[in-house]
Amino acid sequence: MTDYNFAYLDEQTKRMIRRAILKALAIPGYQVPFASREMPMPYGWGTGGVQVTAATLTPGDRLKVIDQGADDTTNAVSIRKFFERTAQVATTTRTAEASVIQTRHRIPETPLTAEQVLVYQVPIPEPLRFLEPSEVETRKMHELSDYGLMHVKLYEDIARHGHIATAYAYPVLVADRYVMDPSPIPKFDNPKLSNCPAIQLFGAGREQRIYALPPHTKVVSLDFEDHPFEPSKADAACALCGDDASYLDEVITDDAGTRMFVCSDTDHCSARRDAGHCGEDAA
Amino acid sequence: MSQPTLEGGFVDAPRDAAQAFRACMSAMARPGRVETLYGAAPPAPLSPAAGALFLTLCDADTPVHLAGAHDCDAVRSWLAFHTGAPLTDDRAEAAFAVGTWAALLPLADYPVGSARYPDRSATLVVEAGTLDTATGARLTGPGIDGHARLALPDAGALSANHALYPRGLDFFFAAGDRVTAVPRATNVEDT
Amino acid sequence: MYVAVKGGEHAIDAAHDWLARARRGDRGVTELSVAQIREQMALAVGRVMAEGSLHDPDLAALAIKQARGDLIEAIFLIRAYRTTLPRLGHTRPLDTGAMDCIRRVSATFKDVPGGQVLGPTFDYTHRLLDFKLAAEGGADGDDAADDDTAADARPDAAPGPVPHVTGFLGRDGLIEPATPDDAPPPDLTRAPLELPATRALRLQALARGDEGFLLGMAYSTQRGYARNHAFVGELRIGAVAVEMEIPELGFAVEVGEITVTECETVNQFTGSKSEPAQFTRGYGLSFGQTERKAIAVALVDRALRWRELGEENEGAPAQDEEFVLSHADNIQATGFLEHIKLPHYVDFQSELELVRKLRRQAAQAPKTEAAQ
Repeated sequence: MTDYNFAYLDEQTKRMIRRAILKALAIPGYQVPFASREMPMPYGWGTGGVQVTAATLTPGDRLKVIDQGADDTTNAVSIRKFFERTAQVATTTRTAEASVIQTRHRIPETPLTAEQVLVYQVPIPEPLRFLEPSEVETRKMHELSDYGLMHVKLYEDIARHGHIATAYAYPVLVADRYVMDPSPIPKFDNPKLSNCPAIQLFGAGREQRIYALPPHTKVVSLDFEDHPFEPSKADAACALCGDDASYLDEVITDDAGTRMFVCSDTDHCSARRDAGHCGEDAA
Repeated sequence: MSQPTLEGGFVDAPRDAAQAFRACMSAMARPGRVETLYGAAPPAPLSPAAGALFLTLCDADTPVHLAGAHDCDAVRSWLAFHTGAPLTDDRAEAAFAVGTWAALLPLADYPVGSARYPDRSATLVVEAGTLDTATGARLTGPGIDGHARLALPDAGALSANHALYPRGLDFFFAAGDRVTAVPRATNVEDT
Repeated sequence: MYVAVKGGEHAIDAAHDWLARARRGDRGVTELSVAQIREQMALAVGRVMAEGSLHDPDLAALAIKQARGDLIEAIFLIRAYRTTLPRLGHTRPLDTGAMDCIRRVSATFKDVPGGQVLGPTFDYTHRLLDFKLAAEGGADGDDAADDDTAADARPDAAPGPVPHVTGFLGRDGLIEPATPDDAPPPDLTRAPLELPATRALRLQALARGDEGFLLGMAYSTQRGYARNHAFVGELRIGAVAVEMEIPELGFAVEVGEITVTECETVNQFTGSKSEPAQFTRGYGLSFGQTERKAIAVALVDRALRWRELGEENEGAPAQDEEFVLSHADNIQATGFLEHIKLPHYVDFQSELELVRKLRRQAAQAPKTEAAQ
């Protein structure tokens, strides 16, 4: 791999991505088109996040990569290895020690700091896409702040189910202007988007879009007065560390369908156990 | 080609540019916060911070406009050699422009993007001489916890730029090797 | 006690090791060489070059070997390699009129200057398995190989330049003019796709689009979804020179030769009371011997031109530029399709919670009513 440039991408590509990131920060929540490159990993597997991370990393960074909240999921391992090889950066599984964190589907439980950058992998950046398949049309809606379609959809949910039936990739309004897809994080994580001290960058490779949230940006999950947004999680505590406030994965442990719940954020869970916290299944 | 033209670029381009970009990004993400840009030694009147910005962000795809005294042979050949960016007199097609505030005026000359593609707008690099974040205009908005302060040449002009939102120009203010940013999303109040 | 699944790293290494052994297969069977694939799987090589957007038969053959014959995976390997290559400059437009044709057929005229050249085609073979090929050291093609000259192997090959059939129609004004355009074409791999797209950009996207997708789209136009009745005015396959202008020299030099397939269709005519009737065009060009692809591109190109030619939008899939261009790329498509294999349990968990909650409330609702 020694033949490849620092952090894999050539300098011209990095400049193009860096310019897009700056415009994205200048217009929070707006999707900046960028000439996404073909990466040596499949589209849909984090190519947007990888390109944003590659354009952001410096030799002094300490990188953490998570998928589903965990550092040891296969795709997180694969992406972390890619940057160890191509950028020779230090890596960590500790949220508090990381300066750049690339994530798929979660925001870490440990509150982020002003020294950190969180890079999200985004499959479908357009929050209106499943309501209107045409990019020409959705771009017009963003231009006119015409988000009526989204409210109609949420309202129809309420009429049918009594609740807004969106549990992840829950749409948000950024700085009172753009409706944004926060990537498929569970809505439990939505409140962490707002007023976050870290820089949050979103990369969608296949769809060729970059967007961003500067620190301390106001991010509001869409809702109705009589049906306010509520983050939710399994009503249980982690079987390993006992935390009843972190997001939980459900695990089926035998053929009879016995269930247990464990923290989705593996670093959070192991740090709590190291500190002596104990769940009911911890041996 | 003269020696000053060849010198003053990044020594280790991939790594130096990566460091400089993080500082640029931090500045753009936190309006009013001052960052330091290392590694560039451009010919006067281009400041080291502005020089590093161009080395980090500009290439053949970004037309650059040199305003006023910045439009001189030394700066022209240095930028051409180190970035390959095409220089343009037509401000309406500039992706980047650099000069003193007075030389850059009027702001209406530069592209502010369209309502559909507001990102297609110019970034202006203002050679400010000094950066005073203790007094001056009051900045609020994305990137700012509460409020920030920055002495600005014309807070009214930046406030008018914000009124175009989401269209608008984005500004870097450079002084020596230091830089701060005021993107269009920032609400600027003269106090 | 439950132990969280660990060891993703070890699992990946083990999978890669297994893959390498599976690729080699039974070691009692001779290993394929890249040259064998290049020479004997030439049509697969052509497809990988066309959809990989890189004309290099050796690399395409290597990719096919590495991908165990999965052509989309091979195309992916080529694309990922291609994107790291430096951009040295632009070539002059190819002069396909000067093509050294190995195959050239026209469906619109019985005979044409330059002749009908069948070339190496499956067209009139009977699709009967040839068990001679299964015999070890089978002798297929050996007769041809024994022949002394290439000309004998290509008895009907046409010498010299072969003029385009559409040129004869154009001379009489029977077909819409194809006006040369000197505007630099956009580059799909260096700028994000923006709609509406120019025809040059559309053709670029179609040239690297998935053969199967384009085949289905083209077929749908033949079955009436935006029917435009295409005749193959001409299909030609062969080698063309690639030339670059060298500013220092002030003239163009030949930098190499590539094999391409070109299809020009002659389609249903336009015309009105004020304008006399004229045939219209569809166009397809792709690397290698890839004629199914080139014909399909020409049909889809023609269907996408409805607005420009003043036709009605029938709402047919092949007329929908955004639909066609957004879904033609098999590397984008396969990546996104296959990514649903990745863990999604965080999202699934959030939906589980929601569905349980909705069911809980639904179960309670009738009881509440009954109690009232």
